[in-house]
Order: sequence, then C-alpha cells, then structure tokens
Amino acid sequence: MYTSLSNRRSFIKKMAMLSAMTAAASMFPGILFADEQEKGIPDNVNLNWKKGPCRFCGVGCGILVGTENGKAVAVKGDPNCSVNKGLLCVKGYHQIMCIQSKDRLTHALVKKNGRYVQTPLDEALDIVANKMKETIASHGKDSVAMYTSGQSTIPEGYVASKLMKGAIGTNNLDCNARLCMASAVAGFLTSFGADEPMGCYEDIDHADYFVTWGNNMAEMHPVLFSRMLEQKSLRGAKIIDFATRTTRSSTASDKSILFEPQTDLAVANAICYEIIKNGWVNKSFVEKHCSFSKGLTNMGYGLEDKYKFKDKPEKIDFEAYKEFLKDYSPEKVSKYSKVSVKDIKYLASIYGNPNNKVVSYWCMGMNQHTRGTWMNNLVYNIHLLTGKISQPGNGPFSLTGQPSACGTAREVGTFTHKLPKGVVMNKKHRELAAKIWKVPVERIPSKPTYHATEMFRAVDRGDIKFIWTQATNPLVSLPKTGRYRPAMEKKSCFVVVSDVFPTPTSDVADVILPAAWHIEKSGLYGNSERRTQHWNKMVEAPGEATADAWMFIEVAKRMGYGDLFPYSKENHVEEIYNEYRQFHEGAKHGMAPLEVLKKESGAIWPYVNGKSTQWRFNAKYDPACSNDEAFHFYGKPDGKAVIWQRPFEEAPEKPDQEYPFWLNTGRVVEHWHTGSMTRRIPVLHQAMPNAYVEFHPDDAKKLGIRNGENIKVSSRRGSCVLPASINERGLPTKGQVFVPFFDENMLINDVTLDAFCPISKEPDYKKCAVKVQKV
Amino acid sequence: MPIKSYLVHPHSGRKKELIKALSVIDQCQIVPAENKELIVLVTDTETGKEEENLKEKLEAIESLKLLAMVSGFNTP
Ligand code: SF4
Repeated sequence: MYTSLSNRRSFIKKMAMLSAMTAAASMFPGILFADEQEKGIPDNVNLNWKKGPCRFCGVGCGILVGTENGKAVAVKGDPNCSVNKGLLCVKGYHQIMCIQSKDRLTHALVKKNGRYVQTPLDEALDIVANKMKETIASHGKDSVAMYTSGQSTIPEGYVASKLMKGAIGTNNLDCNARLCMASAVAGFLTSFGADEPMGCYEDIDHADYFVTWGNNMAEMHPVLFSRMLEQKSLRGAKIIDFATRTTRSSTASDKSILFEPQTDLAVANAICYEIIKNGWVNKSFVEKHCSFSKGLTNMGYGLEDKYKFKDKPEKIDFEAYKEFLKDYSPEKVSKYSKVSVKDIKYLASIYGNPNNKVVSYWCMGMNQHTRGTWMNNLVYNIHLLTGKISQPGNGPFSLTGQPSACGTAREVGTFTHKLPKGVVMNKKHRELAAKIWKVPVERIPSKPTYHATEMFRAVDRGDIKFIWTQATNPLVSLPKTGRYRPAMEKKSCFVVVSDVFPTPTSDVADVILPAAWHIEKSGLYGNSERRTQHWNKMVEAPGEATADAWMFIEVAKRMGYGDLFPYSKENHVEEIYNEYRQFHEGAKHGMAPLEVLKKESGAIWPYVNGKSTQWRFNAKYDPACSNDEAFHFYGKPDGKAVIWQRPFEEAPEKPDQEYPFWLNTGRVVEHWHTGSMTRRIPVLHQAMPNAYVEFHPDDAKKLGIRNGENIKVSSRRGSCVLPASINERGLPTKGQVFVPFFDENMLINDVTLDAFCPISKEPDYKKCAVKVQKV
Repeated sequence: MPIKSYLVHPHSGRKKELIKALSVIDQCQIVPAENKELIVLVTDTETGKEEENLKEKLEAIESLKLLAMVSGFNTP
C-alpha cells in the first residue's frame, strides 16, 4: 500500500497521534486540537477525498477516505455529517489499515482432500451453485440455508432475501443481527407495531438527562458518548449509568448505579410503580395514545432444540396494571436488585419530573437478555407513562452494534420471518414481495423456519445440509460455540464462507469466497437513527475479491434464476436499491432517492417530500400522522402504543456452589466484534492484544489471584483460559467476572449458554454461571 | 523502531512550560489541546534502548505531571 518506508512511518505516526486525540476526546468533553486531523496527513500527496459511512459500528459516522493512485491512504471524520460532525473514534480513524493485511483472502479456496486449493472464482461459484442445486434436489429446499450479517450492505441483504425467499422458496435465511438486535425489533413491534427508534441523534442536543441502561457507550458508541459529554459540559446535561459493571462510561457519568444481573426487569417496573404512586403519569397522553396489555409468562428459555413459543397478548386496563405493579415497590425490588430504595426513587424522579427531557439509551445489555423483549417493553412503558417520547430530547433509543443492523437486517429483513416489507406470515406482504420480485406468490413460504441459534442446531442435527455465511463469524460469536464448531465440521453439511479475512468460521468451510471490503465496492448502510448512507466504490479489491451481492447474483444465475436478477455488474447497487425502494413507498417508510444519498451524508427515513423525518409519531414532524392529534402511533391498528405488563423472572442459570460467579461478556473500544478486522490493524491490536478475565479486587484477593495470572473460566458447557485483569479496564460487581469476546484465541463463547428470549430468539451473552481456577 | 503516543498532563498552570520542554526534544512531536490542560505527544525512536532513555528524560521534566500511553508499536 505504501511506496516507501518513510511514507509509511509518517502515516503510522499520524495514526498514533489520532488515537491519542481520540482517547483525549473521550476523557475531555469538547477538547479541540485545531486542524490537526488534516495537518497530520502526509503533505506530499495529492489526495482525493471520497465520502462514506464508517465500516464499523451502528453509530454510522461519516468518513472521508483519502485516495491516491488508486490506494486508500487516509481517513478523517466528515465534518458535513450530522452524526459525528467530523469526529471519529480510534477504530474509525484506523479502519483502512486492515485491507493491506498479508493474509487477506484474495482468491477462492476450495477444500480438496483436506487441503485448500486456490481456485478461479468462476469455478468456485459453479461449485457453490451446483452443490446448492443438488442439495435441494435430494433433500428439499429447506435443507439449504444462508446466514448473513448486519454488516452486509442493503443491496447484499436484498439479493440474499430475493434469492432464498423469492427464487428458491425457503425461509432459511437469518442473520447475525439476531444475536444483537432481535429483542429491540420485537420490543418495537410489540409496543409500537413499527420497528426502529422514533427519535434521532439530535436528541442529544436537547436532553437534560441521559439514562444508559446496561450500555457502555464510552467504548461501544464513543462518538455519541463524546457528543453527550459535550452537552454535559455545555449545558449541564446529566448522564446516569445503570449497569452491572463499572466501566469508562460509569466513571465519566454523573452517577453510576449498579444492579444485580437480570433484575433490570424489576427496577424498570419499580420506576413505573413510583411514577404512578407519585402522580407523575401524563394522564392525557396515556388516555389518548396508550393501551395496556399482558402476555404469557414463564415462557422458558429455549434451551432445548426445536423450542417453540407464541405469545398470547390480552388487553388489560390501567387498574389491573397498577395492581400488578404492587409487587414492585422500591422497597421490595431493592432487596434482590441490590439497588437502594433511594436510587430507584431517584431514577423514577428523573423520568417523573415533567420539566426534564430524558433520553434512555441501551444496546446489548437489554437486548442480549432472556427477557430482552420484555426489557425493551418496560423502558417504553416508562417513556409512555410520562409522555416523554417522540419529541426532541425525549425518547427511548435503542442503539445498534453493526453498521447496517437497521438498514439491512431489519429494513430489508434478512431474518427468517421477514420480507423487505412486513413478514412472511402476512398474505398481503407476501403478495407485495411476489409482485416486485416477479415470482408466484405461492413460492414464498408463509412459515418462518430457523432463527440463528436454531439454524446452527439444525446443522448439528443434520437437518441443514448446505449453509452459506457472509460477513460474519459465527464460530466466534454464537453462544455455546463448543456445540456449533463440531456441528459445522460434520460431513453432513457443506459450508460456504464469504469473507475478507480468514476466521475460525472459514477454517471449517468447504468453499471460501473472497469478499470485497467496504470501500472496495459501492453500497448503502442504515445506522441506528434510521439514516440511510450511500458510498461509491473508492479502490479496487485485490485479486478476485468481489462484492457479496455480485457473488449471490452469479450463483442465482447459475441456478437458473437469471431472469429474476437482471442487474449489471457495473450498476447493480443502484439498480437493486431502486427496486428495493418500491417496498417502502409512502409516508411511513419512504426511502430517500439515490441522487439525494449520493450528495448528502445520509438521509433519515421516512423521507417524505424531500425531507428526513427526525421524530416519528409526532404530528409536528411526521407527515404520516393522520389522527388529528399531537401524536399518532400508526404502527398499531388503533393508533395507540402498548404499555405492557411484564414481570421479573429469574435467569435460566444463576451462580451456585459449584459455579459461583456470573459471567458477563462484551466488547472493548479497540476491537470490533470478533476482531477479524481490528486485530489486523497494528495500532488497535497492540493497544489490546488479547482478551482477559476481569475480577472485582475483593474476589481476586479472596482467591489469591494476581493481575496477569492465567485463569481457567469454566461453565457446564466448556472452558477458556485467560489472563486475570484487576482494576484495569472495567470493574465487575463482586461475584461477577467479565470477558470480552473479540479474541479468537480465547473463545469465551465456548463457555456461554445458548438460552434466548422466547419472543425475539436473541441469546443472552450477559449471564451464565461459571467457576474460576488458577492454572 | 518504536512509535508511541501519549497523553501528557502538565502540572497546573505549567502547560506552556511543558510545551517548551517537549518541543526541544528531537524524537518528540506534540499537539497541544487548544482548550484543555493536555498535550498529545508522539515519540519516534530508532531502538528500544533509545526509547527507554527518552522515557526517563520525559519523566524528569518538572512541569510534567502524568504521562499516559495510548498506543505504541514497532515498525521497520
Ligand atoms: S463510533 Fe462507530 S461509526 Fe463512529 S468512528 Fe467509531 S466505530 Fe466508526
């Protein structure tokens, strides 16, 4: 990538400087370094800057990539992008450094006699298409599956859905967003009948309080956290961190409140109890815009194969809801949540005070939860009871982890039950898809099949005989990988993996397809605030690496579906997006035209009459409101949002005598998810070279564990050896250990439990029981 | 050939003095924050030994309160 060592050296120095500036930005709100970002870029080059979204997280920062002679040589924050206003985090600045990695997948590899043989891409795609066809012919269409990603672009997700559901006619399509966002989706659909947040990042500029629910934003959403810190310093906005572990976010917050794992359910109910008891309910809002429901309880945890659950909602009234909340007085909840009565009342008073504007933020803590859908419902309850929703600075806001978890997984719908508009169970939605796809409606099956965990269980059972994964690394990221790794190695299933780098998942593949990276193809992502972002291809991919969308199309053609995929290689992104836009036409979900997205740093849907809709369901901002009231929750047939009665229920596995610690898993600021990209970026890898197990100092002292000593963390499912970390990055509560999951050499997901939320089917990576031993 | 970056915190009111002290060291490149008591420092040395010596030299600067490393790596 670099022509001379000195050039490379000055580039690395610049990168080192940028990481320090980024670290400073998260510690000192509003810190300024003049124009250093640009000054640090080598000055003897003539750079051509091209805009796009960051490759990594769901914040969706705008980046400018500087290219010279066909090579990407620098990245800076896009000052014109309202998401980040020129800021980037340490991952964002360094992102392009991974594409030059020596072990980049540049050619297709086909396993022959146990060895990978470099194979022309055309030939490898023939093998994939033939294998898929043969498998369908011998075992039926539900014997083949595809597992995609919240990192796939919108066109990639769209052609995957069209190929599986419209062409082949199977719902065996799910994606890794099931592991991170499914509870948020189920929460939105049950409470509002419409997915994705009603507000936007501009809420940050208006809110008086930010309450973060189990969410370490300083490390996971660093640019948004910097924006919050800036408001803290400018306007005195307050940040309240409610979590099970003390993190960088907790120390930068105004107040940190710790709770016992799983009891967030009870605390949220206690907040509602207090709101009602103190007369803080916004009565006219609730009367006009809310209804009350309850669902089934004691649903189980999905631990057994082929587990099924369907909720049975039942309408209730306000009095019944009030009666239910009697079990959740702060005094009662304090006993098992370990949150003081005073702190519960304090949280309730923040939401209850009609003069406060409050935004709640959450991500994996609430979503990766065996009662994740309930937890999402409960936070909505708080905002609905107080009427603090759908207004600048007031609202619940679920953040995403992946750059296009919203745009691709949720909006295009790469889940087994989804279609680009609506769900497979709905006849009208199937009819619309059949019309746009030009396929017979009978071809789209009306029943969902496998969600992520169940899909890999089906591979293990031998029910799925062909699986194709793209832009994801399930053998590091699934829970209980100890079961699914041997499953994927079985001869009964043919495994195709498309990726940019080798991973533990590609290690078990029969065919590895070399994928183009982000800026080596054109594409569109959709971030957490409903913003659709487009970018043009900036550099050529190495070797035969090709955009995933084009590889799908090539396979579809080889399988005989060419007429359904009439796109051109040069313009397929544009052609696919224009076809996809038809699904969302109208005021409720209209997508911005490509010409707009090419010019601007994204636009927020519903994009109506040339304008983004920043706050949905509020008649002042949202042209889809049609009930002549100030608010209209038009996702529900009666136009009302639902306040759900959802109880506290225990976690499926709790610490006991044999396994006395809670295990919590998560991420660190330097690495992105399973680390396949960021561990190939020297600055990031060296800043955080390996995973670790974090202890509370009292627990470490009791066990005689010192920093850096090797510790075996074991559960009933498996074990993992990691160095101990005490008083370093984070501080778990007593009786809890924390392990980040980015390190493929220390697979903590061999230890986790594959229990999931019965409604959303999203696994809980935050709670299981483990023991620890020095080794 | 190590390259490292640090956040350098001056003793109260001594930022200017610290900037001056750091600017005269060959292997140091600095970017002072405009509006906070903080300086970003990048060091560039030929060998591990030189790097160690430099670190000692930095720590001896009187106006320097704290040196916190952010990133560092070796490069050919
Ligand atoms: S906050 Fe997220 S989107 Fe922004 S630069 Fe960092 S990783 Fe990229």
